[in-house]
Amino acid sequence: MNILVYLIPISLLLGGFGLGFFFWAMKTRQFDDPEGSAARILRKDWDDRPQD
Amino acid sequence: MSSHADISAPFEPERGGLAACPACAVAPSAQSIAALAAGQGANIMLSLPSAHCAACISTVETTLMQEKGVKAARLNLTQRRVLIETDTGVTAAQMIAALARAGYEAFELNPDMLSSTQTEKVSRDLAMRLGVAFFSMMNVMLLSVAVWSGGDGATRDLFHWISALIAIPTVAFSGRPFFASAARSLAAGRLGMDVPISLALILATAISLYETTQGGHHAYFDAAVMLCFFLLLGRYLDHRTRAIARSAAHELAALEVPRATVLLKGTTEAVRPISQVGLGDIVRVRPGGRMPVDGVVIAGHSEIDRSLLTGESLPSFAGVGTQVLAGEVNLTGPLDISVQATGRETALHRMADLVAMAENAKTRYTSLAERAAAWYSPLVHLLSFAAFGVWLWITQGDLRYAINISAAVLIITCPCALGLAVPAVVTAASGRLFRAGLLIKNGTALERLAEVDVVVLDKTGTLTMGAPVLVNSTGHPDTVLRMAMALAAASLHPLAQSLHMAAQARGITAAHVTDIAEVAGYGIEGRYQGKTLRLGRADWVGAEAMDVTATYLRWGDLTYAFAFEDRLRPGVMQAMATFAAMGKTVHLISGDSPGPVAAMAQKLGITHWQAGALPQDKAQLIAELTAKGHRVLMVGDGLNDTAALAAAHVSISPASALDAARVASDIVLLGADMGPIADALRIAVQARRRILENFALSIGYNIIAVPLALVGLATPLAAALAMSLSSITVSLNALRLK
Repeated sequence: MNILVYLIPISLLLGGFGLGFFFWAMKTRQFDDPEGSAARILRKDWDDRPQD
Repeated sequence: MSSHADISAPFEPERGGLAACPACAVAPSAQSIAALAAGQGANIMLSLPSAHCAACISTVETTLMQEKGVKAARLNLTQRRVLIETDTGVTAAQMIAALARAGYEAFELNPDMLSSTQTEKVSRDLAMRLGVAFFSMMNVMLLSVAVWSGGDGATRDLFHWISALIAIPTVAFSGRPFFASAARSLAAGRLGMDVPISLALILATAISLYETTQGGHHAYFDAAVMLCFFLLLGRYLDHRTRAIARSAAHELAALEVPRATVLLKGTTEAVRPISQVGLGDIVRVRPGGRMPVDGVVIAGHSEIDRSLLTGESLPSFAGVGTQVLAGEVNLTGPLDISVQATGRETALHRMADLVAMAENAKTRYTSLAERAAAWYSPLVHLLSFAAFGVWLWITQGDLRYAINISAAVLIITCPCALGLAVPAVVTAASGRLFRAGLLIKNGTALERLAEVDVVVLDKTGTLTMGAPVLVNSTGHPDTVLRMAMALAAASLHPLAQSLHMAAQARGITAAHVTDIAEVAGYGIEGRYQGKTLRLGRADWVGAEAMDVTATYLRWGDLTYAFAFEDRLRPGVMQAMATFAAMGKTVHLISGDSPGPVAAMAQKLGITHWQAGALPQDKAQLIAELTAKGHRVLMVGDGLNDTAALAAAHVSISPASALDAARVASDIVLLGADMGPIADALRIAVQARRRILENFALSIGYNIIAVPLALVGLATPLAAALAMSLSSITVSLNALRLK
């Protein structure tokens, strides 16, 4: 059962990363226009290269 | 579920603590006044109700980017708004015109009114807490599953301790909205839904911590965080719907960007925000413009369209000394108006205030959720305390066991599913309606809409587009039309433009008329083949006036009449068919003269109609119907409809309606199409059924789970299963909404 000493912190850390990314996404307003974001990835406008 | 205190009256703009005078609330922030004054620069925000797909994003953004002076344009598909960054000198009107050419109907919004940062902050705050609760729920559940599947002794204790480390801060952080609301309702002497929720959260956490220190078998940490998560989810959805409703109210207030052209020293023109126009100032209103203020005409003559205020479809004459009211549209000549009242003092706003009072006086509708909460909270407390007492008596004073049982009862009965049942359905339904082009301004509007059995419709501007179309063009020889067309081309008057378009559509070219001059307020004059030619008002032309909207042509001794009819809104027929299919009684009531109203009623197959109605008559009709036990849906757009809109059980107005009418109504129709109103009725009935089903579902779960908890058989595993199953079923049921 000694493996738990590593596994539990690792699982908490990974979960914490997830939480951190969620906070970051909220802060950078990624949830302002969910419908628009879903539609935007289907456009052909900027497919060739990244937008400048 | 919903805390009652924060439902402010919908007409009142959200104010900061600084608004000391009525004007302050209306006045835009200082930095934007400069941009507003010129109606240009920096940011322009438009509402685009018809945008709905990926192609729309490309079309709208490319169209706008091709316009001169546009730096950036971004369409928010969720809110159906486009934000345009521009150089100075670019006006919203240009953008709207560009979008109209691309096939999109757009309305200007006042960005200042939309900066509802407070609501957004609360919504982000709730989302943060929700995220934290989700993270904890997953981790604690991981540990709990290990315990449930046979972990014991030191492993179990260790896992309980780690759970405690995660769960306690989470409950403290994520549970705050509930604790705060519970404290508020206790302070007010009420037993809201949040009291049992808070009690369950605190008791579950405390008892689990105690059990952990004692090396006990059962800890409810997972239940505590799961409760937090599901309840926060319900709260978040509820808040979102209400925030959208509130921002809708703002958006509509923002639809009319208040600006006026003021004459300085009688000569120089300056565009000013309406908040800076004072009494006695002279305001110039150009043809096609809407009166920004109440006042009296001191120079110029013209015709004015009062249909929004009175429902009258015939324009009336305005000359020096004529009293004009804010909201009327100037049709032919420029008018200089001496200001008698501005902003909140205008007849238009006073009317809106009257409506507000009527709304306040109207007993507040108690929603299904509130009714459920009213009997639910006391019952839950009673059950829990009873369980505590009975088990204390049975076990002869085993406090720990008795508290454990009563905590289990609280956790099981905690209104997880109940808290989600209504918000999930309302969110799904208002999302569907928004996509159909309807904005729900009031949280309980959907529920009220489901109860409607009588529909009362206004005519001008509601059933019709408010734009006249020539009806008897075939009744005149081409030569007459050619003459009329030549004169009509010279005017901006809606009848003249419509006449011109009708002639163009028939492939007629204008006759060669010379000396064309518009006589503002009367018509257009010219010379053709040596004789005077006049197109305009009956008395000026010297023709006999007809009962319908018409313009008259005189050439020498001959007179001709051109009759016009208002075009029907698209989707009216479909809506009428749906009303009939759903068994709703339809009434038509209008301030217009009997001729056009009767014709309209016959066209649509409406048997109950009333013409020449004053605003009081409309409100009276609603009151009579309500007294007979009917639930009335009022659809109207004019100032004369506002009292009726406020008095009705639920009301809808089109986006083209006057400010006051939109404020008074619960739902706003964004596009020109009437069809969505029929959809709304159908969806509302369905949503109500789903809400009731969800209640039944969660009561069903409780009926099974509560006895288990009462006899002491509810393990943390059983509690977790009951909670998640019931929450997921009600959410899925809400999504069944079609």
